[in-house]
Amino acid sequence: MAAMTTTTARAGGRADRASSRVQTFLSRHGGMMPTFAAALILVLLFIGAEAFLRGDFIKPLTISNLLINNAYLLVLAVGMTFVILTGGIDLSVGSVMAFTGMLGAKLLADGLPVAIAIPAMLLGGAAIGLFIGILVQYFGVQPFIASLAGLFLGRGLAFIVSLNSIKVEDPAVLWLQSTRWKLGDWVVTPTGIIALATVAIAAFVLHLTRFGRTIYAIGGSEQSARLMGLKVGRAKVGAYVISGTCAGLAGLLLTAYANSSYPRNGIGTELDAIAAVVIGGTLLTGGRGYVLGSMIGVFVYGTIKTIINFMGAEQAWMQIIVGALLLLFIVVQRAIVARAEGRR
Amino acid sequence: MTAVYKHRLFWPIVSLLTLIAINAIARPQFITITMRDGELYGALITILRDSAPLMLVALGMTIVIATRGIDLSVGAIMAVSGAVALTIIDGSGDPDALATVLIAVLVAVLVALILGMWNGFLVTVLGIQPIVATLVLMLAGRGAALLITGGKITTVNSAPFKWMSSGYMVALPVAFFIAVAAIIVIGVIERRTALGVLTEAVGINPEASRLAGVRSRGIIWGAYMVSGALAGVAGLIYASRTSAADANNAGVFIELYAILAVVLGGTSLNGGKFSIAGTVVGVFIIQTLDSTVLFLGIPSAQSPVFFGFVVAVVVVLQSPRMRSGLANLSGRLRPRGAGVQDREKAEVA
Amino acid sequence: MNADTEVPPIVEMRGITIRFPGVLALDDVDFTLRPGEVHSLMGENGAGKSTLIKALTGVYGIDSGSISIAGERQTFSTASDAQDAGISTVYQEVNLCTNLTVGENIMLGHEPRRGTGIDWRATHAEAARHLASLGLELDTRSMLAHHSIAIQQLVAISRAMVLDAKVLILDEPTSSLDRGEVEQLFGIMRDLRDKGVAILFVSHFLDQVYEISDRITVLRNGALVGEYPVAELPRDALVTKMIGRELADLAAIASSSHRDIDRSGTPVVKATGLGRRGVLEPADLEVYEGEVVGIAGLLGSGRTELVRLLYGADRADEGTVEVHGEHVRLHQPRHAIDHRISLSSENRREEGVVADLTVAENIVLGMQARQGWLRKIPKKDQDAVVQEYIDALGVRPANPHALVGNLSGGNQQKVLLARWLATAPELLVLDEPTRGIDVGAKADIQRKVAELSAQGLAVIFISSELEEVLRMAQRVVVLRDRKKIGELEASTTDLDGLIDYIANAGEGSAA
Repeated sequence: MAAMTTTTARAGGRADRASSRVQTFLSRHGGMMPTFAAALILVLLFIGAEAFLRGDFIKPLTISNLLINNAYLLVLAVGMTFVILTGGIDLSVGSVMAFTGMLGAKLLADGLPVAIAIPAMLLGGAAIGLFIGILVQYFGVQPFIASLAGLFLGRGLAFIVSLNSIKVEDPAVLWLQSTRWKLGDWVVTPTGIIALATVAIAAFVLHLTRFGRTIYAIGGSEQSARLMGLKVGRAKVGAYVISGTCAGLAGLLLTAYANSSYPRNGIGTELDAIAAVVIGGTLLTGGRGYVLGSMIGVFVYGTIKTIINFMGAEQAWMQIIVGALLLLFIVVQRAIVARAEGRR
Repeated sequence: MTAVYKHRLFWPIVSLLTLIAINAIARPQFITITMRDGELYGALITILRDSAPLMLVALGMTIVIATRGIDLSVGAIMAVSGAVALTIIDGSGDPDALATVLIAVLVAVLVALILGMWNGFLVTVLGIQPIVATLVLMLAGRGAALLITGGKITTVNSAPFKWMSSGYMVALPVAFFIAVAAIIVIGVIERRTALGVLTEAVGINPEASRLAGVRSRGIIWGAYMVSGALAGVAGLIYASRTSAADANNAGVFIELYAILAVVLGGTSLNGGKFSIAGTVVGVFIIQTLDSTVLFLGIPSAQSPVFFGFVVAVVVVLQSPRMRSGLANLSGRLRPRGAGVQDREKAEVA
Repeated sequence: MNADTEVPPIVEMRGITIRFPGVLALDDVDFTLRPGEVHSLMGENGAGKSTLIKALTGVYGIDSGSISIAGERQTFSTASDAQDAGISTVYQEVNLCTNLTVGENIMLGHEPRRGTGIDWRATHAEAARHLASLGLELDTRSMLAHHSIAIQQLVAISRAMVLDAKVLILDEPTSSLDRGEVEQLFGIMRDLRDKGVAILFVSHFLDQVYEISDRITVLRNGALVGEYPVAELPRDALVTKMIGRELADLAAIASSSHRDIDRSGTPVVKATGLGRRGVLEPADLEVYEGEVVGIAGLLGSGRTELVRLLYGADRADEGTVEVHGEHVRLHQPRHAIDHRISLSSENRREEGVVADLTVAENIVLGMQARQGWLRKIPKKDQDAVVQEYIDALGVRPANPHALVGNLSGGNQQKVLLARWLATAPELLVLDEPTRGIDVGAKADIQRKVAELSAQGLAVIFISSELEEVLRMAQRVVVLRDRKKIGELEASTTDLDGLIDYIANAGEGSAA
């Protein structure tokens, strides 16, 4: 029929698939691997600290303090998780936290009641979040730049409220940090409870509401999400508003923690929050990650800080180690993504 | 007429001139320049001098952004470079010796270059997003600078080193000449060779460029190295001005101001077409604005509010929605996220 | 079954006009869709099919005209408006989120709720039910990214069914499906049609169009040609209406390319056992001076992969390449370019043109990259080269300073061809150079390639249009399932022979 030169065919018998159970697990939960890795690192940090430092690292008080000392960061990381899941980034959270802290402290110092000051803090944060969200969604501004405007705005506003630190004497705010609820050797403050509640609410919203699933869908493919008829605009702006509100709440927690508010608070804290989120296994490209992972990320961050304090080492090491961990996780994520692409 | 109006430097230059005009009206001494001992003084000269570190960083940032990247680590690199130089000068027997200062400067710039190389490695070889890749050094860099200075603020008294920031040559500040030299070198390399257009090609479409035989990796890597080295020089000028290596405060926020300058100058953050002249204008706008805020008696700590608004206004004016809204007030319904879809439309044709 | 003309239409588009910068994408087009029919929308690439669909689904706004759904005039500004009106779309490129599970992709936005939260158990159960109605059994809790494009396409169709649509738009849904999957899909389409759903179907495969459609609307260059019941429109009439002109010039190209090639000497390029695990099984390929080698095979058969490995765009993990009999290592495209091999990618937009650069800059890019950045090609030389190719290939607009992104697909392709010809290649690899461009540009490009090969240029020509491959090539290499299965002399086979070979040659494997 036709002149042909048939090339030799190689025996194409592919090796049998690995055990199907592993396969099923990976196909369902492959995206959780980075979070598992973060949990593993946290455990290793604890064991390492226990073994090489004083033997009393793993005890209820240390772990309790981890939550109490990092409550504000945890709240920031929760808000940041929403934004990063959409594939965005929010650089404003550190300065928004400073601004709302100053705002609240000032209102209280002026004699206004807590019932006005605290909602004002949350609304202040939400307003800057809304501002960023609108720039991103309706004016097509890159999240990086839009939140940069938010960063400048927040920092400037913090100094406009006052150039100096304001002491907070309101008993309700002080109560948030000074109250210690004990359960055996475990201790928790209201600030810790607030942070944990934030995590719980965020996990509920992200996993059990359509709004939350839309956030994930946007991170997966914004165009697809739009063509699927999801309310993309609302969800995206919503993510920034949530992040701003969380920054407002973090401002309250930090104010309670320090008994005062200082306009230079939280410079660079946005980087700590981003680092915690990434270490916790959320992909910066969006669409993959868990708010519980971000909590683990914050604890990894807090543990490193604690260990450095224990060792009496230079605080400079903190930045270097967090940077190195961030690098490690990014490379791991990169490898995971590369593998996923290779499969297709 | 429309050609002038449409030129992409039109709005940046108009903004800069407006700012200068407002200042000149509000306080005539703003534009007065006096000659003292063969050296020029005045608010404008101060702007020229003080803008040098930002100018250097923004030039590097322009090239990096053109490749579709971003370099967040420049502030940290400034801190490291200052720390390295001052530690070397401090450790030497004779801080006033020119040789000591030269060695310190060279080593510091070399270290900065290596840090830039590291960024480039993460971006090109490991394929990490530029924001994230440079975030690593942004976080770790200041820590490293603190370790170099042993956790304290190293201060030195070295005349040759001080000369970099406060000396004069031909009636103008030395720092200004350093900035001009950098502008000329970058401008010549980018525009007199094919590097500029190849950089733009890589920034607009990396894969198409690679398939066209462009050494994308080398070009992107080079951009981060240039950015690192320029940040190193900027760190030296900063350290020279304060005579101190302050790892916590050197170059804080400079990455943000540099990005702002690039954007103000009309270079898109999406990479591709870039304008060195635009960045220069952008830097002057920022520096003039800074000077204005100071003049208004607003504490410099509060000036970020202005920058926040400037960023917002500029990006909103640049946004596709605003442009199509201005161009087409008839109000036809446009698809959302016009950027992506505009490209699709072109394809349909 | 056969749609009754008396049934009131569900979709009525009248006088639709859409203008994009510099182009009239749709010019006063009418389109009517009735309940219970499968209506095919036909036209060459660029005829305006996608634009019309996007107008109907709210992705694009219309400049003039009206859209009525079930007699009610509608203005859609977003995709969700159209969905609310009962219009559901499955796009050619799967528009789902691969980071989510199969079940979630099907149900997203319609998840059953319990109390305030999503009831995941019910969601997955319902997703499984929808999949089952398509005859699919998948783990709905697995990530979509773990499944093939074909499965993802079926998941997209399942999603469309969840919406309980009155109008279902299927834009090239079959391009990644195999025969069995297509049959399955057609079964579902017939079911839905019998239930009164109006289906708008777009496909490049004429067999499929004739198998499933009740009615055909033809577009050409953004304008309506007409609407015909399928029984009244024989195939050749359809093709004539789509193309709109006789194929005389293309036939002339065919006659010029059927000549004998001297294969006694050393081939220009010879690849031996070139392969990469999971991408392509080792394959041999030789191209001689003045020869056009066609590569035929279905999408995903490995034809693109083969030339990418040859070009160094992807790294081969086995095999050798010889250029004029000498071993060379091609790890990067620029190595290939140094050895005078050029490749024009199938993906014009993402891997071809640099949209924001000008025509001139795009044409010179290849030469400049070859020279290195330090030695900028003098302005005068650039202008001469650019003008030469703009004239030779008929690039329109003939303005070297126009941004390439604003050109039509055919002219972008000409710019790419110019870029590669300017590097003076000895082997030119063209991967789908005529996809999605108008007939005129297609003929221009084919003519130019035939002319150059007659002058001695070696060419590898890949196309999904087998007629085109047979027209251009002297020898055809056939791939299937990421494996080379053989070679044919173009002069000894015809279209049916080639199709049969692609489908059946070699050991039986039911692709």
